[in-house]
Amino acid sequence: MIDPGEQEPEAAELVRPYVITDGRVLPEDDRFSLITLVTASADHEQRMARLSPEKRAVLELCGGGYLSVAEIAGHMRLPVGVVKILLSDLADGGYLVTRAPAPRATLVDRQLLQEVLDGLQARFG
Amino acid sequence: MDSRPVLDDGAYVRSAVQTAAKILVVGHFAVGKTTFIGTMSEIPPLRTEETMTQAAAGVDDLGDVRGKTTTTVAMDFGRLTINDRLVLYLFGTPGQQRFVQVWEDMSRGALGALILVDPERLEESFPVMDLVEQYGLPYAIAVNRFDGTPDRPDEELREALDLLPETPVVTCDARDPKSSAHSLMVLIRYLQTRIS
Ligand SMILES: Nc1nc2c(ncn2[C@@H]2O[C@H](COP(=O)(O)OP(=O)(O)OP(=O)(O)O)[C@@H](O)[C@H]2O)c(=O)[nH]1
Ligand SMILES: [Mg+2]
Repeated sequence: MIDPGEQEPEAAELVRPYVITDGRVLPEDDRFSLITLVTASADHEQRMARLSPEKRAVLELCGGGYLSVAEIAGHMRLPVGVVKILLSDLADGGYLVTRAPAPRATLVDRQLLQEVLDGLQARFG
Repeated sequence: MDSRPVLDDGAYVRSAVQTAAKILVVGHFAVGKTTFIGTMSEIPPLRTEETMTQAAAGVDDLGDVRGKTTTTVAMDFGRLTINDRLVLYLFGTPGQQRFVQVWEDMSRGALGALILVDPERLEESFPVMDLVEQYGLPYAIAVNRFDGTPDRPDEELREALDLLPETPVVTCDARDPKSSAHSLMVLIRYLQTRIS
């Protein structure tokens, strides 16, 4: 866990992520939001050999179960944008299974809000 | 990234979970966002950075590499399993206008926002309220009462913050799970009224 009081990194530390992504700039990729849930596909381990160490690390991390994109970034200590690029490539290669976020409140059925309310009530009463 | 972090099972979302929802916990500097998220989260709160690019004014070495300058903005977040099929994420976001790019990403798909305010420093909440409104997020106000803060009548606060009559105002101690959960529930009930 990163100490939430930690200083923001100096700009120089940002060089590394750009190396990891081969200098690519973020495509506006709507496939992954901060809360898209991601896990490794069942057969991912058979096809890891040619992946970069970073992509392998992502797969190993999310091989244990579902995590949100934000959680993957937090655990890997990489900026969200970089993680999205890695995930896009992995998804293209068929390495990932994803679960999309719930649509936002204006479109949402009452059921989602009721579930959140009931869940909070049950836990914190 | 030094090595792959090893996580225990509890770090993962339960496998039956089908979808995730998101609420923003926002407010000015040191108003209690991180505390609130830590109080509510079932996982140790995480922090991640968004990299923002801006057209380079004075081009430095890094700027040469990418043709842009970058800044990072940190955001804290936590997770709460609502039931077998649904998890809720809480994202804490700083309220400065210069972070609009991050706001775009954070607000997309959010159910709504809980705006934490310190009754002693109400005017510091204006920029963040502007952002929340700009991104069209429905919100409730949680008055984070620090020790020794005198009671302030609701009406006075509503007027000072220029709230609509229907906007909920609730008092909240960000260190207390029950109190924090209650403010989230007030927000959810308000969201329910808006989709009838
Ligand atoms: N008495 C009291 N203190 C609080 C409460 N919430 C937060 N604090 C304290 O206020 C200080 C700031 O809280 P944080 O949670 O770090 O605030 P923040 O909004 O995340 O701050 P930044 O991320 O720096 O903008 C900490 O020392 C907290 O312990 C509260 O409800 N009551
Ligand atoms: Mg904070």
